[in-house]
Amino acid sequence: MLRMIGARLMTTVPSVIGVIIVTFLLTRVLPGDTAAYFAGPAATPQAIAEIRSKLGLDQPLPVQFVSYVTALVKGDLGQSLTTGQPVTADLAQRLPASAELTLVGLLLSMAIALPLGVLAAVRQGSWIDHLCRVVATAGVSLPVFFTGLLLVYVFYFILGWSPAPLGRLDVFFSEPPRVTGLLLIDSLIARDLETFRAAAAQLILPAVTLAIFSLAPITRMTRASMLAVLGADFVRTARASGLSSGKVIGTYAFRNAMLPVVTTLGMVFSFLLGANVLVEKVFAWPGIGSYAVEALIASDYAPIQGFVLTMAVMYVVLNLLIDILYGVIDPRVRLEG
Amino acid sequence: MTALPLLDISNLTVEFATRRGKVQAVKSIDIQVGKGETVAIVGESGSGKSVTSYAVVRILDRAGKVAEGSISFSGVDLVAADEAQMRDLRGREISMIFQNPRAALNPIRKVGRQIEDVLLQHVQATSATAKEKAIEALEKVRIARPEERYDAYPFELSGGMCQRVVIALALACQPQLLIADEPTTGLDVTTQKAVMDLIVELTRERGMSTILITHDLGLAAAYCDRVVVMEKGKVVETAEAAAIFHAPQHPYTRKLMQATPRLGMALADLLPEGTPKPPAQARAPATLAGAAPLMQVENLVKEYPRPAGGALLAKLRGKAEPEKPAFRAVDGISFSVARGETLGLVGESGCGKSTTSMMITRLLDPTSGRIVFDGQDIGAMPARTFAASPFRRRIQMVFQDPTDSLNPRFTAQRAILDPILRMGTVEGRAALRERCEELARLVGLPVELLDRFPHQLSGGQKARVGIARAIALEPDLVILDEPTAALDVSVQAVVLNLLDELKQRLGMSYIFVSHDLNVVRLLCDRVVVMRSGRIVEEGTAEEVLGAPKAEYTKELLTAIPHPPA
Amino acid sequence: MNDMSKPPATPALRFEAPPSTSLWSHARHIVSENPVTGFAFGLFALIVLAALFGPLVAPYDPLASNTNSALQGPSAAHWFGTDQLGRDIFSRVLVATRLDFAIAVFSVALVFLLGGLAGVMAGFFGGWVDKLVGRVADTIMAFPLFVLAMGIVAALGNSVTNIVIATAIINFPLYARVARAEANVRREAGFVQAARLSGNSDWRLLLTQIVPNIMPIMAVQMSLTMGYAILNAAGLSFIGLGVRPPTPEWGIMVAEGASFIVSGEWWIAFFPGLALMIAVFCFNLLGDGVRDLVDPQRRN
Repeated sequence: MLRMIGARLMTTVPSVIGVIIVTFLLTRVLPGDTAAYFAGPAATPQAIAEIRSKLGLDQPLPVQFVSYVTALVKGDLGQSLTTGQPVTADLAQRLPASAELTLVGLLLSMAIALPLGVLAAVRQGSWIDHLCRVVATAGVSLPVFFTGLLLVYVFYFILGWSPAPLGRLDVFFSEPPRVTGLLLIDSLIARDLETFRAAAAQLILPAVTLAIFSLAPITRMTRASMLAVLGADFVRTARASGLSSGKVIGTYAFRNAMLPVVTTLGMVFSFLLGANVLVEKVFAWPGIGSYAVEALIASDYAPIQGFVLTMAVMYVVLNLLIDILYGVIDPRVRLEG
Repeated sequence: MTALPLLDISNLTVEFATRRGKVQAVKSIDIQVGKGETVAIVGESGSGKSVTSYAVVRILDRAGKVAEGSISFSGVDLVAADEAQMRDLRGREISMIFQNPRAALNPIRKVGRQIEDVLLQHVQATSATAKEKAIEALEKVRIARPEERYDAYPFELSGGMCQRVVIALALACQPQLLIADEPTTGLDVTTQKAVMDLIVELTRERGMSTILITHDLGLAAAYCDRVVVMEKGKVVETAEAAAIFHAPQHPYTRKLMQATPRLGMALADLLPEGTPKPPAQARAPATLAGAAPLMQVENLVKEYPRPAGGALLAKLRGKAEPEKPAFRAVDGISFSVARGETLGLVGESGCGKSTTSMMITRLLDPTSGRIVFDGQDIGAMPARTFAASPFRRRIQMVFQDPTDSLNPRFTAQRAILDPILRMGTVEGRAALRERCEELARLVGLPVELLDRFPHQLSGGQKARVGIARAIALEPDLVILDEPTAALDVSVQAVVLNLLDELKQRLGMSYIFVSHDLNVVRLLCDRVVVMRSGRIVEEGTAEEVLGAPKAEYTKELLTAIPHPPA
Repeated sequence: MNDMSKPPATPALRFEAPPSTSLWSHARHIVSENPVTGFAFGLFALIVLAALFGPLVAPYDPLASNTNSALQGPSAAHWFGTDQLGRDIFSRVLVATRLDFAIAVFSVALVFLLGGLAGVMAGFFGGWVDKLVGRVADTIMAFPLFVLAMGIVAALGNSVTNIVIATAIINFPLYARVARAEANVRREAGFVQAARLSGNSDWRLLLTQIVPNIMPIMAVQMSLTMGYAILNAAGLSFIGLGVRPPTPEWGIMVAEGASFIVSGEWWIAFFPGLALMIAVFCFNLLGDGVRDLVDPQRRN
C-alpha cells in the first residue's frame, strides 16, 4: 500500500511541474504590457521601464521562470493591487470558506446520489429509475448560477426561509475563534450553537446549489456501473450460491460498482471547483472564487494567477487522494503497485 | 429409471421478451437427472442449453421467464417456490459453476472470504469456524497451500486455479446437484482434463448428481452417463453416452457427431452424409525431395522488455535495481515449410505460437533470427514498411475471429477486393466485380451476399469472406490462425474442408496454428509442438500424434477427452 | 490456377444470416421507444432556427433602451418583461441564441479537429506522439477545467474568440483521450491487421480503417460536449469574461438580472437562464439519442 502511494506520489510530480509552467506562461501572455498595468494609467514611459526591470520582465524567459519558481517556493505569489495584501495571505484567509462550501456540497450530493443510483439500478425500470434519469439529465443541464438564483428567489424572496445571500455569516454574529477556518466546526469547538445555526443557515443554499450540480454525474455513474456489475458473472455466481440479496448487492455489487464512481469523482471535483467560483459570486461568498472574480473585474492579475495555481494544486492533491481511495477498494491496484 | 429422479424437468418452455416480441429459447423440454447420475446437455450456441440450467436455479435475467412446464427437485416445485426458498436451495442443494472462472469470482474479495460467505449464508459454519471450513474446502479441490490461497485475490491465481476455487465454492455446502455450465471453455486442454477429472471425482465421491452443459460432444461422452442433445431450444435425443456416440438416432445428433473430429477419421468424414465428398487426397507430403523449402525459419527470437516496477522510485533513491531479463515469448525456434505442405503449429495458450505467426506474416519484427522466404531473408525487412514489399502479396493470413477481422464499414465485396485494389493488377469496376464473384464462388459464398455488411452475415459466411480475402492474390503461403476457433463444430467441419480443398487447387502452403490436436491431425502433413517459446517436438503428423516422443506431447494427447470405446 | 469458375465440391451451406437492420429503421425504433429523443430533435431544430433568423423576427431592438418602461414584468407587449434599461428581454433572449450557439459550435468543431486528430495519431502510432499528446492532455486535466478557462481568457484577453479557444482547450483532453483509446484498441484489431496484409500503408490504414470506425463515437462526444460548451461560455460571461455588455448573451443577461432577484424582479435573470437551460438540456438529450443510434450494443 505504501509502495502504491509512493509510486502515485511520483506521478503527481509531472502534473505539478506542468501546472507551474502553464500558470507561468499565462502570466507572460497577458494582454498588453504587464509593467504598464502595474505602473498605472498615469505613468511615464520611464516609470514603466523602471517597473519592468524591477519586476524582472526585461530578462529572458528562462531567467524569469527561475525567479518565478524561486518566489513560488518562498510562498510569494505577488501583491494584490485591490487589497494591497500579499496574494498568499489573501488566499489563505479565504480558502476555508471555499473548502467548507465545496465539502458540504459534495457530501450532500453523495448522500443523495449514491442511494438513488443504486436503487435505480436494482429496480431497473421502476419509478425510482425514471426519477434517477430525470435527475441525471436535468441536473447537468442546469447552469449552476441559474439554480442558485432560483433558490434565492424562492427561499429568500418568496418564502423568507433563508437569510439574505450575503456571505458566510449574518452581520449580527461574530465569527468564532479561528481554529480550522470552517465556521461549522469552529463554532462547535467554541460551543456556540447560535453561531453554528447562523452559519448553517447561510451555507445551506449555496451548498444545495453545488449539490444539485454535482448530483447528476454521480447518480449517472452509480446507476451505470451498478447495472454493469449486476450483470457481471461473479454476481451471477453469488446469486447461484444462494447469497441473500443484501449480501449480493452490498458486498459483491456495490463495492465493485464504486470503482468507476470513485474515478468519476475526479471529474466531479473538477466541475465543483469551477462551479464554486460561480456560486460564490451569486451568494457573495467570501471564498477564493469570488476573490478571483473581483480581481478579474479590476484587471488585477497577480491574484488570478495565484488563484489558478492554488486551485490546480488542490485539484492535483484531490486526485491523489482519489487514487489512494481507489487503491483501498481495489486490491489489484494496491498489490501490483 | 425406476426410482424418482432427483431433478425432473417436464414440458419446460422459457420465453424471452425482445424487441421483436416473445422468443422461446427453450421449447417443451423434458429432462430427468437421477440420484448420483451425471448427465450432459450438449448443443451448439443458441440451442438453449444454458437457459435451461438458469431456469432450474431461477437466475434467468429480467427479460426471461418460465412460460410453461414444471421443474421439480427432490419433490420441491422450483417454478412455484418463492424467492426465500430458492435462495435456501441455491448453493446448499443445487450449485452451479460457470465458464470463465476468473470472471465468476468477485475480483476485489479474497477467495477464502467468498467461500465463507456461502458457508455462513447456509449456516454450514459459524463465524468462528468459517475460516477453517473455507480452507478445508480449498484443500478438497487440491489447491496447494490452502492457508495462503485463502488470502489470495482472483487476479493472483491462474485460470485453472480459479476454476478450482469456483468448484470449492460450489461444493462447500455439500449440495446434491451440481450444474457445470461449460466449465472448461477457454482453459487449455491439460487444465481442462485436470478440472474435469476433479469434478467427476468429487461428485462421485459424494454421490452427487451432475449436469454438464457443453458444446463438446467428445467431452460429454467421456465424462457422463447420459447425454441430452439440444437443438434450437428442443431436446432432439437422449441416450446413454456410449450409445449416442456409436449409434446416434436423430439426424442432428448424427450431424453433430460426424462433425466432431476424432481419431481415425479423414477430413471429408466430418461432412454430413450425402454431400459430395471431394476426391480423397494423398496425405503424403507434396514436397519433392531435395527441393528448396518455401520458408525457413532460423533461430527466431522475440523478446519483450519486462515492465520496470517502481524503477523511478529506486532511481531516485539512488538504488538501481538489477536489470530484469527480458521476457522471451519466442525463444530461438527453427523450422521449415515445404511447398504445398501444411505445417501445424501446436501448443497451449502462451506458448508463443501466435507471436511466431505474427512474425512470419511480417506484422511483427523479430528480436533476432532469420525468416527466409523463397531464398530471401524477409525477417530483415521492417514490418512497418513490409506492406510495400513485393513479398507482401505472397504471404497472407486467415484470422481467428471472423467478426473481428472484417471492417464493420466495408461490404463483403470491398473486404475481399482490398488486397487486389492495393497490390493486384485487376482494374475497372466490371473486372473487379467479376474477380470478386469468382473468389466468392471459390470459397462457397453466395454471390448475392457480396453487398452485405459483416453484421448481416453469419459466422460461417464471415469466415468465408476472410478466406476469400486471404487467397485473392493467390499467395504462396497462408497462415491460418485458429481459423475455426470461434465457429460451431458443424461450421468448422465445412470450413476445414474448404481450406484443404483450396490448398490443393491453388497449390498453396499452409501454416495452421491451433491448440486442437484433433483438427491438426486431420489437416496437417507435419506438426511442430511448442511450449514456453520453444519447440519440444517436430515431425510428420503420424509420428508426432501417433507415437509422440516428448513428454509434453504425450500429456497433450492424453488430455483430449476420449469417448468410451 | 485452374478452373476458378467451377464451384467448389465442398458444399456451400446456406447459413441463416441475421436480418438486416438499416440505420433508418433503427433511428425510427429509437425515437418510437424513446419519444424524448424525438422531442430533443425538434427542440434542436427550433434552436437552429432561432440562431439563424432570431435577429430578423425579434419584436424590438435588443439594444434599444427605454427608461419609461424599465423593470416591467412579463406582459402582452413584453412577453419576458423589460430590464433596468427598459430593453425587451424576449428580443434579447432570442437574438442571443445566435451568439451562444455559435460559441458552442465553433469551440466543439475546433476541439474535434485538434483533439480528435491528436488522439487518433497518438493511439495509432504510439511512441513519442502518444507521449506528447498524453502529456499535454494530462497537464490540462491537472486544472479544474472552468478555472483553467478563466485563466486562459484572462491571459489572452477578454473576447468572444478567446472564449471559443478556451472552451476548446479545456475539452481537448476529453477528445484526445476518447480518440486515442478508440484508435488504440482498433490498432491491433483483426480487420486492421488484415488490411495491413492487403498492402495498405500506415496512413491509408488510419484513413480507411480507423477513422471511419471511430467517427460515430466522436459524433456522440460532440453532441454531448455541445451542452457543456454553452454552459462554460455562459459561466465565463456570467463572471464578466468574454462577452461585454450591452451585447445580448444569456450568461451576461443572467448576471445583469442577478442583483434584481433579491428585490423580486425575477424575470430579468429568469428568462435568459431558462433559455440557456433548455438549450443545454436539448443538447444533452440529443447526445443520448445519438449514442443510442450508434451504440452497437443497443443495435440488435
